[in-house]
Amino acid sequence: MIYERSTLAVAIFAVFVGITLGLSFYLGRRAKSASGYFAAGGHIHWFVNGIAFAGDYLSAASFLGICGMIAFYGYDGFLYSIGYLAGWIVALFVVAEPLKRMGKFTFADALDSRFHSRGIKLSAAISTLAVSIFYLIPQMVGAGALIKPLLGFSHATGVITVGAVVILIVTTAGMVSTTYVQFIKGSLLVVFSTVLVVMILNRGLIARPWKSDPMIHHFRTLNVPTAAKTKDDLIKSGPLKCYNGWKTPMQEVEVEELLPQNPAWQKTPYVRLHVKGDDVPTVWRFDTWEPHVTTLGDWGYLRETQTVTVTRDGKKLVNGKPQGRLEAQGDLFPVGQIDFFFGEDFGENATHTGSLGPIDYLEKLSSSRVTLWGSDVIKDEDGSVTTVYYPKHTHGRDILLPGNHPTFKGIRSDKLTDKLNFLSLMLALFGGTASLPHILIRYYTVKDQASARKSTIVGIASIGFFYVLTLYIGLGAMTSGALDVTNSNMAAPLLAKSFGEWLFAIISAIAFTTVLGTVSGLIIAASGAVAHDICGTLLKMNMTDSQKIRIAKIASVGVGLIAIVLGILFEKMNVSYLVGWAFSVAASANLPSLIMLIFWPGTTKQGITASITVGVISSLSWILLSADTFKDVYGSDPSKALVPFSQPGIVTIPLGFAVLIGVSLLTRRREVVA
Amino acid sequence: MAHFDHGSAHPTEVEDEVQVARRARIALWLFVVYCVAYGAFMLLNAFAPKVMETTFGGVNLAIWYGFGLIGGALLLALVYAWLCRK
Repeated sequence: MIYERSTLAVAIFAVFVGITLGLSFYLGRRAKSASGYFAAGGHIHWFVNGIAFAGDYLSAASFLGICGMIAFYGYDGFLYSIGYLAGWIVALFVVAEPLKRMGKFTFADALDSRFHSRGIKLSAAISTLAVSIFYLIPQMVGAGALIKPLLGFSHATGVITVGAVVILIVTTAGMVSTTYVQFIKGSLLVVFSTVLVVMILNRGLIARPWKSDPMIHHFRTLNVPTAAKTKDDLIKSGPLKCYNGWKTPMQEVEVEELLPQNPAWQKTPYVRLHVKGDDVPTVWRFDTWEPHVTTLGDWGYLRETQTVTVTRDGKKLVNGKPQGRLEAQGDLFPVGQIDFFFGEDFGENATHTGSLGPIDYLEKLSSSRVTLWGSDVIKDEDGSVTTVYYPKHTHGRDILLPGNHPTFKGIRSDKLTDKLNFLSLMLALFGGTASLPHILIRYYTVKDQASARKSTIVGIASIGFFYVLTLYIGLGAMTSGALDVTNSNMAAPLLAKSFGEWLFAIISAIAFTTVLGTVSGLIIAASGAVAHDICGTLLKMNMTDSQKIRIAKIASVGVGLIAIVLGILFEKMNVSYLVGWAFSVAASANLPSLIMLIFWPGTTKQGITASITVGVISSLSWILLSADTFKDVYGSDPSKALVPFSQPGIVTIPLGFAVLIGVSLLTRRREVVA
Repeated sequence: MAHFDHGSAHPTEVEDEVQVARRARIALWLFVVYCVAYGAFMLLNAFAPKVMETTFGGVNLAIWYGFGLIGGALLLALVYAWLCRK
């Protein structure tokens, strides 16, 4: 979709960035020691730290990815919210206080507190770098997704802008500026998300059947003639009837031409028709009203779709025309609407519920029919690639149940591997939070264990509240008529736009600041691993505080540049999905050693080193060999994947525990024999 | 307002081993309670998804359970804070 640049959004964003950088420079003059740079001197107040937890944790994935997934698939995005929040229970009850007791600057400090082992330092530092970089990718992708409507620049420009600002924040004042950026961002995000949800509930739900709203594009539906047995029969029996809605007379539509069914299109449920009066041919999808109807001629429908075609020579056609706002050009139509409420009489006019309470909103939505949008990719013999976006009329009751998104298909599948994939992801979300290095290092910024505990509780309250809001933001976007079918990550800002320019500007600017806060935390964690763990401990470089800070700043620039490159390369992926990967790697690599170190006195340094190494390698390998990666990253046939399901956690987390226990037992026995 | 001085790391706190052990025991029990609730949610979705379609007050169990897991996390966190207030 083409977005218009919003001057207001640019201005608000500029103010946010200005305040952020001003704060960073102000605090930067005071951060002179390594303790100040990596852990804010341990003097952050527990409440500030708790909100900063929210600012650190509620990343682009939470705000953009989850809302986008809910807007396109319903409840499934909320499963991420539940899993992410549940992970904080592990952080509070298992990790928070022991970590504060054992560590100093980094996650590796805590693991190595008992052993002083270079092997532990190295493996923990590598794990920190791997998880941080994996987590950085979706943040940068989110930044790129936002910059298009916000500033009108390309995805790459957005990624580079965020990268540059974050590098500046981190290199000026380290953990101190990062904490206050996250505190401000966390507060703004929760407050304005609440405002957005209040407006959603106040607006209520609106059913817009067919032609009732001039702002909503009317996608046509044609009745398939009963006599048609093949696609070629479609236009033989004369004009097709265009269905305009309940109690509304049908119109006849004359099809001038049925485009040839070459092999690439023949095996799909699509036909290309040139309807009389249209400038160009359009793509239609065969659909049925009744689920048992599966063939042409059994009272089916043809539903108008939207298409984006990239030709062999790189030209982009939208709905058959060059993309643009001029005459003879085309653009994608915004989508997302309720068609009607079940049990209510409906005609051509819109039905408005008026303002609704939080539970009434869900109840009313579950008794409606909503048009969601799916997509298919068709590779033509002439080298062009067409992405078809098609409407899916869905019962509201199904939208509020899990299992619509491909990642969660296991819920409605009979295949054990699909169910294991679902369980594996939920396990990784549960175990991943307390294993994320940028979250763990925040425990070192408060003065004692009681503060660590209290700040976690503040974090749970603010994060939990926000996650409840995501459900309403996502469902509000789903029914707002403002969605871009090509970009689920834009659902929340576009929803805000449907309420007005000011809210759009504020929400977009906050979303952008969201990326700044999380990316800052990740880069601090990664630079700490390089300067403190690798250079300081592993290479035994004897450094003064200022030298250590200088190395950390150089590492920050390096990690920032890597994040920029990866953010550009992974443009098309849903950010929440990518974060799922980061959680899997974190939970597999870090959780077993953290938990066993705390609870099992028999843990040895060799056991920890082996567990982290096996966790990182096994989870990364599993992801790289999975069907999702084959399909979305390599662009190849997912059936060629070498692992039975895509999410590694259910295999690699227990593997990490098993390796730690096994190696610890073996090495302890050796010590006893010696 | 928090301090802005960034000197050396905060001195190591003096620990009461008995209190540390008591807190750890409470935390473990609360953790087990939440694990059971979360595990049941995962297993019900995977192996008995029809149960999630059951409605209460016009809203299905999937939504209520999700809200419950989020609200329950905060409730357990507050219980923990209360039990560890000394």
